[in-house]
Parts: sequence; C-alpha cells; structure tokens
Amino acid sequence: MKISSVYRTSIALLAFTTACVFTQLQALAADTGQKKLVVGFSQVGAESGWRTANTESIKSEAQKRGIDLRFSDAQQKQENQIKAIRSFIAQGVDVIAFSPVVETGFEPVLQEAKKAGIPVVLSDRAVKVSDPSLYVTFLGSDFVEEGRRAANALAKLTGGKANIAELVGTVGSAPAIDRKKGFEEVLAKYPDMKIIMSQSGDFTRAKGKEVMEAFLKAPNAKEINALFAHNDDMALGAIQAMEEAGIKPGQDIKIVSIDGVRGAFEAMKDGKLNVTVECNPLLGPQLFDLVEKVANKEEVPKRVVSQEGVYDEAQAAAELPKRQY
Amino acid sequence: MIDWVSDLLFWIVFGSILLFLRGRRIFWTVGALGMLLLFNQFFTPGFFHLQVLDGHLYGSRIDVLNQGAKVMLLSLGMVLVIATGGVDLSVGAVMAIAAAVSSRLLVTEHLPAGFAIAAALVVSILAGAWNGVLVAGFGIQPIVATLVLMVAGRGVAQLITEGQIINFLDPTMVYLGNGHLFALPFTLTLVLLMLGLAFFLVRRTAVGLFIESVGDNAEASRYSGINARQVKFLVYAFSGFCAGLAGLVACSNIKSADANNIGLYLELDAILAVVVGGTSLQGGRFYLVGALVGGLFIQTLTTTLYARNVSSDISPVPKALVIIAVCLLQSESFRTRLARVVRPSERVLQPIGSRPPQKPITMTSHDSTES
Repeated sequence: MKISSVYRTSIALLAFTTACVFTQLQALAADTGQKKLVVGFSQVGAESGWRTANTESIKSEAQKRGIDLRFSDAQQKQENQIKAIRSFIAQGVDVIAFSPVVETGFEPVLQEAKKAGIPVVLSDRAVKVSDPSLYVTFLGSDFVEEGRRAANALAKLTGGKANIAELVGTVGSAPAIDRKKGFEEVLAKYPDMKIIMSQSGDFTRAKGKEVMEAFLKAPNAKEINALFAHNDDMALGAIQAMEEAGIKPGQDIKIVSIDGVRGAFEAMKDGKLNVTVECNPLLGPQLFDLVEKVANKEEVPKRVVSQEGVYDEAQAAAELPKRQY
Repeated sequence: MIDWVSDLLFWIVFGSILLFLRGRRIFWTVGALGMLLLFNQFFTPGFFHLQVLDGHLYGSRIDVLNQGAKVMLLSLGMVLVIATGGVDLSVGAVMAIAAAVSSRLLVTEHLPAGFAIAAALVVSILAGAWNGVLVAGFGIQPIVATLVLMVAGRGVAQLITEGQIINFLDPTMVYLGNGHLFALPFTLTLVLLMLGLAFFLVRRTAVGLFIESVGDNAEASRYSGINARQVKFLVYAFSGFCAGLAGLVACSNIKSADANNIGLYLELDAILAVVVGGTSLQGGRFYLVGALVGGLFIQTLTTTLYARNVSSDISPVPKALVIIAVCLLQSESFRTRLARVVRPSERVLQPIGSRPPQKPITMTSHDSTES
C-alpha cells in the first residue's frame, strides 16, 4: 500500500515537471523571433565574495542589454568548464566567454570552438595556449601588477624590513602564479624583506585560517611581522587565526591582501587589515561591450585591462558604503 | 622543560593504548598515527609545543583535534553506511546545506541560534533520509543515489544563501567551532558525544549486528527476519545528521557560511578515514573508533605538511605516499609478504593454510622460483 502511494506521487511529480518544461519551451520558442545575441559564459565558481560580485555584474548587465546569457558554474573544476564550453559549441551560441579555472589544458576545446567558428573572449583570467588566435581578446586585471602593488604597500608599511608569511591562491591558477611573480619582483629590490613561509590557502577563508594556524605554531612564528594573502577571503580567515592566538592583526602583523571586497573594507575600518589592492570584479559592462563588438566582427585589442585602485585603512570608512560586493 | 615532561607523558599514554590494542584490527591505524606523530616529535620543530593561552591549550596537536573534527564527525556516519555495503557521497554537500540553513535563519531571518541550529540539523537528517529512501526504498545503487545530492546539494545551499557568503557573530554559533571546554576545543566534546551515541546505537542495541549482517549478505539477513530496508534507511539518516553537525562546525569555525566551499571534497576524506580505520568498502564488519582515528590521521598528515612548510605544489605527493603505505600496512597479505622478505627463514609467520607446507632451506628447482 505504502509503496504504491509513493509511486503515484512520483508519477504526479513527473507529469508536473514535464508540464513546466513544456511551458518553458513555448516561451523560448516565442522569444527566438527577435534574434537575441546568445552568449555562453562559464564561471570559475562562487569561491569568494569577489567571484559572486563578478557573476552578479555579468548577469545583470546581460539582462540590461537583452542578451540571452547561458551561464554555467564550473565549481572550480576544469572538467566542468570544458564540458560547459563543449555544450556551448553544441548549442551554437554566438560568443563564448569564460574565466578559466587554471591556465593550461584548454587548447583542444578552444580548437573545437574555433572550428565551429565561435569567437572566444577571456574574462578576468588568462590561458596559456601556443596559438593566440584561439581567443579573440582577454579582459581582466593585470595580476602581476597587483602583486607589485601589494609588495610596494607592504614595503611602505614595514619600512622595508619584513619576514613575510604568504597565503598563496589555488595552485596553478593565473592569479596565484602572477601575483606571486609580481610580488617577488618588487621584493628583489628590498634585501630585508623575505618570504619565510608560503602555503596555498586555496582562495578560501577556511583554508586561510587553517594554514595561518599552522604558520603561527612554527618555531620561527615570532619572526612573522607581515602577511601577504593572494585574496581578501584568505586574509579574513588568517585574521581570525591571529586573534585566537592572541596576536593583533594589522598591528603585530601587517596584512596586505588583494581584491577589495566588502569584508576587507570592514576589517580595515576595524584596523585589522592594512591594505587591500583592488581587483575590480564588476566586469559586466566592459565584457559585454567587447562581446558585442566581437559579435559584430569589429576589431578589438587583444588585451584590455580593467580599472582599479589601492585602498588603505584611512580610506576604508569612506569607501565602505560604495562597495556593492 | 615542561614540554619534555608533557611529551613523555603523552608517549607513555599513547604507548599503553597501543599495547592494549595489540592483536586488534585498529592496532595498525593507531600505530600509523603513532609513527606519524613520532616523526613529528623528532623532525618537525614546534609540532609538539603546547602552551596555555586564554585558559585553554594551544598547539599543533590541538589544531589537529579541532580541524580534524569535521572529518571525524563525517566518518562516524560514513562508517555505518559503508558497513551496510553502501557509500554516502553527499556528506560534503549536506554540510554546505546545514551551514547555509543555519546562517540564513540566524542572519537574514534574525531567529535565535538554538532554533537555527536545530533547523539545520533537521534539514540534514531529511537530506540523509532522502538518500535512504532512494537506496532502501527504490533500490538505487548507493553511489548513484547519493551522487544526486552531492551534485545538487551544493546548488541548494547556494540558493539558500543567494550565492553570498553570510557572516555571523552570534556567540552560540561561534562557540560550536571555536569554543573551548575543559581547556580543549569544544569540537572534541562534540565528537566524543557523537561517538558515544553511535556506540550506544550499534553496540548496546541489536542495530550494530543488523548493520553488519545486512552488509555481509542483505538477502540472507532478509530471510532471517531482519528488515534490511529499515536498517539502510536509518544509517543514511544518521550519516545526514553527522554531516549536518560537521557543517555547523565548519561554518562556525570561520564565522561565515561559504556555501561553495564548506565540505568541498570532504566526502572523499571521510571515506578515506573509514578505510584507513580498517573497515572494508565491501561492507560487513566495521570499526567505529578506527574511523575516528583514521580521520585524526588524515588531519595530522595535513597539519604536518603545513608545519613542515612543504610547498603546496608537491604536498599531494607525500600525502599519497603515506596513505598508500598505511593501506598496505593494513593488508594482511602484504604484511605476510613483507615478513617473508625481511626474515625469509621464519616461515612460521605464514598464516595457516595460505600455502602448502614447504621444506625449510633445501634449494630445489621448484623452491628457487620464490622470494
């Protein structure tokens, strides 16, 4: 008796879902009359506040311009992203845009897109390919420059004398590689500044905290007087670990991180974070400007850098209300 | 000086536990943990340093207990599921759901912490029960049934948090993952309470026996009058409950619900913990405490790599090597072979019946092909 009633309920549910799908399909069929621009976008994931702001900006801008956006979340896995791009090719979208999870391994799928005649726009992160014609343009921040700015800020905070603990981003990702590169480039000019510990915190708060806890237990933990985190979320996690260890973040250990999310401005207002180097996530408007040009076969530059600044504690209170993310 | 005394005390206690466990299945798990700790004692400076901070203990080993709590909680539920011959891949996603539900209710809806925690646990039990219905009710293979929630669950969690990271400061919520009780992290108490509950459930009632018999042979158990469906349903619901608790601990630890990252890949760690703890993935005999020690082992390994400042590019390699070594150590046939290589003359070590008796040393043509 019980089983049959469960069975009946599931049949009813199935019928209901089918009905829903049908109405959706009808709506879709009605839409196609106007010939909207169809854009497939594959996002890295929603690993940080920065990323969700980026997603939000892209989605709302697409809606504003009446673009049919096919959005796919890769949950930080390259396999998912390659699958998503393949499905965009199969769907025959007009333009494919994506933020690559890692730098390498996209060559085959990008070749498929090229064969299908679909232009590819990279957003926020770059890829390493032997054939640059595999993508049309790359819009995003200059991560190496962000690393340089972070190092300069830290040099100013510590007077050029620092034993630095570094929280690296996801291993193999473009921002992690380039931010480290830019940071170390500037560090070479300061003989008294050196990185004494470096570990990946995977761009997340939980890992940032866990790794900082381990850093603070090392025998030379007392020497740490500066922290460079590749993103704000890891810095926020590390701040908690410091507080629990009885260390004053922002004073005992100077902290510089990258991104400029709301949480970072709140921490700066409380004096727990010293500097955040902005990495602007609101790429939606700039991205769709490029996408529309690409779709109309207009010429676009190969590299477009987004607009960004550097903020410290003094500016935090004034800037905080303006932060949407 | 104090460190020296406390280390000695630690090793005396650890040694006597090991001695007590001699001959049991979990001896090898605890032994492996011991070896890892011993390595740290000598080669990782600062790992064994222990101090008192704000009235509670502070040190790397305490971190291991606190950070390892999530996997330990998960492994308690996972070990029972695995004992029935199943597997629960959805625990990581259920953690994210629990974290999302509690912080949403707490922050966005302004409800009291107790209510938010209770609601999160109820939702987690429901999520586990859903797996139970799919597996026990509809006979879907566990790996497929729980895969559904593993993939979809994180989306549900994102939906609940509206894709945002929700921060909270409520003292009750924060206490779960950061508080201290008896100078030790509160999470340890939580793990021990859950162990007590699981222990009572499976060793003081007949449920444990039922679980093992279902895992050994579901068909035969059914013929002998055991309601295999009910047993399976129960273990999946329990696994959901454990995952919910782990999710609360995880989000409390960072004072925010990060739906996309909480519990990511932890289902794999939990399965690994169960396997390292000596339970076979084929089901049947299971080891509750073994699973806990397995979880502790994995966290100790992670913390060791952090403490030794092993570059994150290569840290998966030593991790994999150590875990392969532990799994080999647990394999009966590997140990026999090893013993034969180390002491070729002592044929006594062979398990009885595994090979036909052979003449001790004389080299005949048939003997020379061995070793």
